[in-house]
Amino acid sequence: MSEDIKKDLTAEIRDLVVEFRTDYGVVQALNGLELEIERGKTLGLVGETGAGKTTTGLSLLRLIPNPPGVIVSGSIKLDGKDILSMSDKEMQAIRGKTVAMIFQDPMTSLDPVMTVEQQIAEVIKLHEEGGQAEALKRAREMLELVGIPGSRGGEYPHQFSGGMKQRVVIAMALACNPELLIADEPTTALDVTVQADILDMMKGIQQEHGMTVILITHDLGIVADCARHIIVMYAGKVVETGSAEDIFYRPAHPYTKALLSAVPRLDLEQGHLETIEGAPPNMANPPKGCPFADRCPRRLPVCGKEFPQNTRLSESHQVCCWLQRGSE
Amino acid sequence: MMNQTDYLLEVKGLKKYFKVGGRKTLKAVDGVSFYIRKGETLGVVGESGCGKTTCGRTCLGIYDKTDGQVLYRGADVHCLSRTEKQKFTKQAQIIFQDPYASLDPKMKIQNIIAEGIRAHKMASGRDEIQERVSSLLETVGLDPGYGSRYVHEFSGGQRQRIGIARALAVEPEFIVCDEPISALDVSIQAQIVNLLDRLQEERGLTYLFIAHDLSMVKYISDRVMVMYLGKIMEITTSKALYHSPRHPYTRALLSAIPIPDPAMAKKKVRIPMEGEMPSPVNPPRGCRFQNRCPYAEEICMEAEPALEEIENEHYVACHRRIEI
Amino acid sequence: MNNVSAVKENVQISVKKKSQIADIWKRLCRNKTAVLGLVIVILLVLVGILSPIIFDYETQVIKTDYSNTLQPPSAAHPFGTDELGRDILIRTLYATSTSLSIGVVTVIVALAIGLVLGSAAGYFGGKVDMIIMRIMDIFLAIPGTLLAICIVASLGNSIINLVIAQAVAATPKFARVVRGAVMTVRDSEYVEAARAIGAKDATIIFHDVLPNSLAPIIVQTTLEVASVILSIAGLSFIGLGIPAPMPEWGAMLSASRAYIRDYSYMCMFPGLAIMITILSLNLLGDGLRDALDPRLR
Repeated sequence: MSEDIKKDLTAEIRDLVVEFRTDYGVVQALNGLELEIERGKTLGLVGETGAGKTTTGLSLLRLIPNPPGVIVSGSIKLDGKDILSMSDKEMQAIRGKTVAMIFQDPMTSLDPVMTVEQQIAEVIKLHEEGGQAEALKRAREMLELVGIPGSRGGEYPHQFSGGMKQRVVIAMALACNPELLIADEPTTALDVTVQADILDMMKGIQQEHGMTVILITHDLGIVADCARHIIVMYAGKVVETGSAEDIFYRPAHPYTKALLSAVPRLDLEQGHLETIEGAPPNMANPPKGCPFADRCPRRLPVCGKEFPQNTRLSESHQVCCWLQRGSE
Repeated sequence: MMNQTDYLLEVKGLKKYFKVGGRKTLKAVDGVSFYIRKGETLGVVGESGCGKTTCGRTCLGIYDKTDGQVLYRGADVHCLSRTEKQKFTKQAQIIFQDPYASLDPKMKIQNIIAEGIRAHKMASGRDEIQERVSSLLETVGLDPGYGSRYVHEFSGGQRQRIGIARALAVEPEFIVCDEPISALDVSIQAQIVNLLDRLQEERGLTYLFIAHDLSMVKYISDRVMVMYLGKIMEITTSKALYHSPRHPYTRALLSAIPIPDPAMAKKKVRIPMEGEMPSPVNPPRGCRFQNRCPYAEEICMEAEPALEEIENEHYVACHRRIEI
Repeated sequence: MNNVSAVKENVQISVKKKSQIADIWKRLCRNKTAVLGLVIVILLVLVGILSPIIFDYETQVIKTDYSNTLQPPSAAHPFGTDELGRDILIRTLYATSTSLSIGVVTVIVALAIGLVLGSAAGYFGGKVDMIIMRIMDIFLAIPGTLLAICIVASLGNSIINLVIAQAVAATPKFARVVRGAVMTVRDSEYVEAARAIGAKDATIIFHDVLPNSLAPIIVQTTLEVASVILSIAGLSFIGLGIPAPMPEWGAMLSASRAYIRDYSYMCMFPGLAIMITILSLNLLGDGLRDALDPRLR
């Protein structure tokens, strides 16, 4: 199963190393990341705090704050074009137009002294032709698209609830029809019923416009519902990727398995939740070999020495684990 | 009939209002009645603005009540004398949501844990206090040698364990867990919940477990209470809550929770809720849920439904509970 | 950005963090002007401590020498001599000790009283707060100099009365700062937790609230020393400060007024001394304020 399948990739990351140089030491946020994002699908990026999910999202937009963040090595390609070698002006043309990002907290993403339609219009005017009037008109259309009546465009962010603010943020992100939308924990700050509404809305828009979406979250329920393809990250590296069915029904990496058994299930009677002992590794001093080795119940001697290469288990399913190496 | 002396905590018609800007009143908790038996875990769920956190803190006397009664072992928590109040803080404790904010950054953790021991004069002399602190640290799974460290040297999960150790230090029998795991990673949440479970078994603790993650609440609780806009919509056993929810809000809530299973996710039918939650400053007359309920009728707008028992231990506040 | 703080959190767990004081020190040292201020202050303190030891008060500081009056700076008298023949350099250095000691004593007294009043007002709020702060407001409303003049005029011109006058003027400022800091901390969850565990109010104030309110208090202390020194110089200038013949910069400035045209060096050196002292204390105070800022942590 080693045929090279020609994939239509919106984005491609190869061997990316990102460091944060802080007062307390140098932290390895991404430790050689390999990522492929196929066009038109919703990709779930799953992992816990410190796994590097947000850093991955930011690096696709080259928005890593510098200082203290530094892209040390590796390549990032959008639509085949290397963005690390682009000028600031070229990047600005891409941000908001080709690639858009929405963040966790809608409260801080919106400018409190501008009306919502003005904020959306600002994005439109930045990237597209036309004057204020056209931009406002389109802004109101975007509001309707996300389920807010266009007549509310003249209101200020504080007049909306949390869920509606996030919808405004989404409208801003979609205003210029981006090919790729990166959503970083878009619903974590919202109530569960509001979350369900927002996710349904995003699914609808994605299907209609054929947008590629990267959904960054720690919530396995959300990825099961929304993502077709899932990438599991741990300590700055990708440990497993696969379709939703692969990851949930045939998890190959011990971390993935442990994560799945640590999550309580509403629909099942569970006697006990399995826990993963220990804690994520010190990223100021990343361990050699597999970062999960210390906590892995099935650790092999080689795990502490070298990071396992990618093993392809099926057309959709890949894992980086020495335990699987033999089954190639 | 339930033997009422079984109840460790009994809440009757509790109301807690806050004054907000000018003459407006925020009715955070607006007439809540329930009970908790010794040794059981009552989970409280609801979305933001439902009043669950206010309810928990009022039960402990952290907030004064506006009306109603909170009876702990038969005694009204808000009418205690100084000495009785001191005794009560020894019996009933709280674990906070934010392990970053609820621990004093300038104190060594052994002093944070010892604060309760000293306040209630449970030990004398530095050695004895030290011994207790070390034993508590071990109980919650931390190395006793960590006592002389400061809060910022620990991770979120470890800080939460320190918070648990602090609450345990006074040897309480009742603990209000106010969203103790919301700020933690998924794998750490399981660790903390398992710890709380084990402690309950070993020490016969009673918990009021407040959280917004219904899956976790169902896992740890014996019974669950669903709150909305300051009132209780439904109380039942955790099993029954999932298998036979009777209140329309409970059903809508359950249907919105994403299940970590792609096949189940596809099969799930979402029950949407129209409209938005009314402001707790101006709750509607009649049933609180009326403007979003698919089954609302005229009576729902006129009169508030009472919380009534429809089956053994299953209470629902809905006019149309029989039909739906 | 969310991202960076999440990363920082991670590092804090894993890297053994140096103590907070070492952290603050490092931040302070990065601020060049603050370091300059600190160095000068240390030098001034040394001068203040050593002057009374090195220079004999009777023979060198106050002894008049009418044969040697108004000498310009020379090898024997690097700063020249004043109208009574006394060496200006020695007097200027000696005055450091006077000014600094009064400044420090005043601030300690004002701080102690301000701490008690401010924490009570900040922690208990309500009527207690209102009564205390209205009294403080009354004192703040009276110009410091005027207040000092009144007190000194009624009680007499002596060092102790001077300290009392300055302390009375400075206490309300401390009370305000302490009150503000306490109010910020009072609503923290860890204070709520301490109350929930059954700790008594006094315990909470001393163990939880005050240690976390130190930053603005430290800054205010530094700046207030500067303010007191300047105020005393001003009072001495108009004759109500340190009684002669004790050397004091303001008094020396006052005495030099008559000779300023022909003997400008007489006012130059005391004036420079005042300027350098105030400047260095202010630089240090500002630097401490930045270094202690919790947001930068």
